[in-house]
Amino acid sequence: MVRLNVNGRMVEVAASPDTPLLWALREQIGLTGTKYGCGIAQCGACTVHVDGQPVRACSMPISAFTSNQKIITIEGLSPDGMHPVQVAWRELDVPQCGYCQSGMIMAAAALLAEKRNPTDAEIDAAMTNICRCGTYNRVRAGIKQAAQTRQG
Amino acid sequence: MTMTENTQPSRRTLLKGAAAGLVVGFHLPGREALAQATTTVATTPEINAWVVIRPDDTVVIRMARSEMGQGTRTGLVQMIAEELHCDWSKIVTEYVTPGQSLARNRAWGNFQTAGSQGIRQSQDYVRRAGATARVMLIHAAAAEWQATPEHCAAKDSVVTHRPSGRTLRYGQLAAAAARQTPPAAVTLKDPKDWTVIGTSRPRLDTADKTTGKLVYGSDLKMPGMLLAASQQCPVFGGKVKSFDAAKVRNMAGVRHVVQAGDNAVAVIADTYWQAKTALDALPVEWDYGPNRNVSSDTIAAMLREGLSASEAFVGNTNGDAKAAIAAAPRKIEATYGYPFQNHAPMEPMNATVVWTPTRCDVWCPTQNGEAALAATAAAAGLPQTACDVHRIDLGGGFGRRTTHDWLTQAVLIAKQVPGVPVKTLWSREEDMVQGRYHPVTMCKMSAGLDASGNLTGLHMRISGQSILAYVFPTALQNGRDAATFQGLNPTGAESQFGYTIPNLLIDHAMRNTHVPPHFWRGVNHNQNAIYIECFMDEMAHATGQDPLAFRRKLMGNHPKHLAVLNAVAERIGWDKPAPQGVFRGIAQQMGFGSYVAAAAEVSVDAAGKLKIHRIVAATDCGVAVNPRQIEMQVEGSFSYGLSALLYGECTVKDGAIVETNFDTYDVLRLAEMPAVETIVMPSGGFWGGVGEPTIMVAAPAVLNAIFAATGKRIRQVPLKDQDLKRA
Repeated sequence: MVRLNVNGRMVEVAASPDTPLLWALREQIGLTGTKYGCGIAQCGACTVHVDGQPVRACSMPISAFTSNQKIITIEGLSPDGMHPVQVAWRELDVPQCGYCQSGMIMAAAALLAEKRNPTDAEIDAAMTNICRCGTYNRVRAGIKQAAQTRQG
Repeated sequence: MTMTENTQPSRRTLLKGAAAGLVVGFHLPGREALAQATTTVATTPEINAWVVIRPDDTVVIRMARSEMGQGTRTGLVQMIAEELHCDWSKIVTEYVTPGQSLARNRAWGNFQTAGSQGIRQSQDYVRRAGATARVMLIHAAAAEWQATPEHCAAKDSVVTHRPSGRTLRYGQLAAAAARQTPPAAVTLKDPKDWTVIGTSRPRLDTADKTTGKLVYGSDLKMPGMLLAASQQCPVFGGKVKSFDAAKVRNMAGVRHVVQAGDNAVAVIADTYWQAKTALDALPVEWDYGPNRNVSSDTIAAMLREGLSASEAFVGNTNGDAKAAIAAAPRKIEATYGYPFQNHAPMEPMNATVVWTPTRCDVWCPTQNGEAALAATAAAAGLPQTACDVHRIDLGGGFGRRTTHDWLTQAVLIAKQVPGVPVKTLWSREEDMVQGRYHPVTMCKMSAGLDASGNLTGLHMRISGQSILAYVFPTALQNGRDAATFQGLNPTGAESQFGYTIPNLLIDHAMRNTHVPPHFWRGVNHNQNAIYIECFMDEMAHATGQDPLAFRRKLMGNHPKHLAVLNAVAERIGWDKPAPQGVFRGIAQQMGFGSYVAAAAEVSVDAAGKLKIHRIVAATDCGVAVNPRQIEMQVEGSFSYGLSALLYGECTVKDGAIVETNFDTYDVLRLAEMPAVETIVMPSGGFWGGVGEPTIMVAAPAVLNAIFAATGKRIRQVPLKDQDLKRA
């Protein structure tokens, strides 16, 4: 039994300690907003925050976490879907199929938490998530719009 | 009637009813869910097959095509709403099932969502459905008021009796409207009167994609559901020889270890992670079959032979190209190639299946509900009337989900656990090596030009795979695959060649291999556009002509092709110098009923590193239903097309695909995505596709710009294998 702090709630996970956090979130805790895309930390569809840092949950076993570490998933990013990144995403119609967007939004939110007004180069470096539909330019615009909203 | 096929459950709070229906439907397996759904719906009569209006004024618009990110849901709704005159904020959508359609004599027509057809092939009958429903609502109001229908008008879901000012809401009229006799004929609005079509409405399904709430097929949960991880013989055409189930049967969570068909094994467990862990530990012996000796090199040798083979299928011919080339004072030849590529949608293949000896229900993301139903029934060993397919929005499709090998496998797995919901999910690795691939081809271009640099003869010999020979062999015309010639056809409204050349021969030496080909966003345009558009560039440069001017000389009979090409040339500033160190390339093509062109600006540094700075794209799709959606599709087409150009390559070793994940099958990332400027220039009078056309000009425009930058002519995709240092 592994104890995890997920979205502000303590949960006991009855899974083998080597189970990746992604699958514990999806299958034991029931939070399916975090997606499986590659399983090898390449695509970022499984991005969550651990103590504010973006982490690719597919490649971290639950045994690597303590109950003191705060794990936030897309479901816990904001209580009402009103995080500035989520708002900007809706205003610009960023998602296409949407499958990668939980990870995109979590990566973008982590970037903005660290840098209030990221440059294009900083966005390039931070946003390595894969989208196959081609939302990249709207992701970039969404990050900039969210940064503006926060400062306004 | 099932009303819980809606997989876009909560656009705004007023859609709570639909959302509840969805959750109920998805939490009860099989017939139980359907029974539950049926009771939900029976209280709301439909006005027609496409339109249901609930007493609370909710407008339910039904969908036969699938939403996979391309915006079809919103576009279809715009077309119906244009004629229905309903309140946009009260619209919800739901998927109809192919089983329902079958039971109603295909009331919803074609479910196929491919070939950029979702909007253009539906537009007439869905607009008529909206207009018909509006007329019935107006007639119901007139009857209520004992008034003349001509004195009544509908707007924003309210019918007004103009002389008296009385009003009735659609929700109040729906039941009576459903009893009206549909009008024998309706007149559709003149395009100049459109107020919904042609506007950039926001997507109807964005909100839940920003909160993690949207339920994809891979997210489905049902009580008692088991999870399956599967592996097929890595060599296409191979079979399972044996497997040692005892080795994994006692691993955590494992319930069953099964064979699916003759080529796959699967572990069924309580969770997917347990199933996958056990599958990875399962000893399997394969009978690789006859294709173990096939490699990328043997395939390339076969294609090279086809480049000069005497027999070939003709796609487009006039005059005598071979004689003209032979007689020309200036001859130019070049050989190009295009590799296998995987669709790699972000959501791997998956399906959830409940099979019993008398009934089979599946829940899956598919681009073609009717084909999915046929595949389900065949694998289930049941008639189609005893099966149904419940659709879910796709986590990407790109053509991969128009075919249903993965669904067949999921049914064969679930069939071994009767009555239990089983979700089969492919790993990324399985998705990569069990794909249906972009066809592999080579092309030899031969041209003859006169002393003034005029093109007098062109022979384009394509050698390589036929998609239809594998997918729909009955669609071949005496062995010829007409789809091979996309963008190269002499006539037609779908994909016409944009040049008039006095002596022309375009032919195809069909050379098939065991790697299964399939429709892949842009399909055969992807390589054909590179072959013709890069070679146009080659001929222009070889004769000291401007690539745009050289093309224009051949395009006098093709004003729509020329208009988009001129539009991008003007916007990029073709006649003015590019910024220091930046170089330009152009390309045009017609496909999927639309005319597209692109102009690219790139730079290549001393180390050979490419940067694509900017792309200008022009699209004439006849009618532009939603300009912003078109911009998104154009951007997406470049992202997908540039991924293919920069990285896309599946190689074959020992009969199997070598690349197993995004570490070896890389794709374009955000940092590499150029700025895209989209010119939407609908000329009216026809309905062209949007999802695919632009992809075909992405690669040739950039390749031509790379030549301008480096003097190097790249003739083989992808660029990751090429040295771009200046020649």
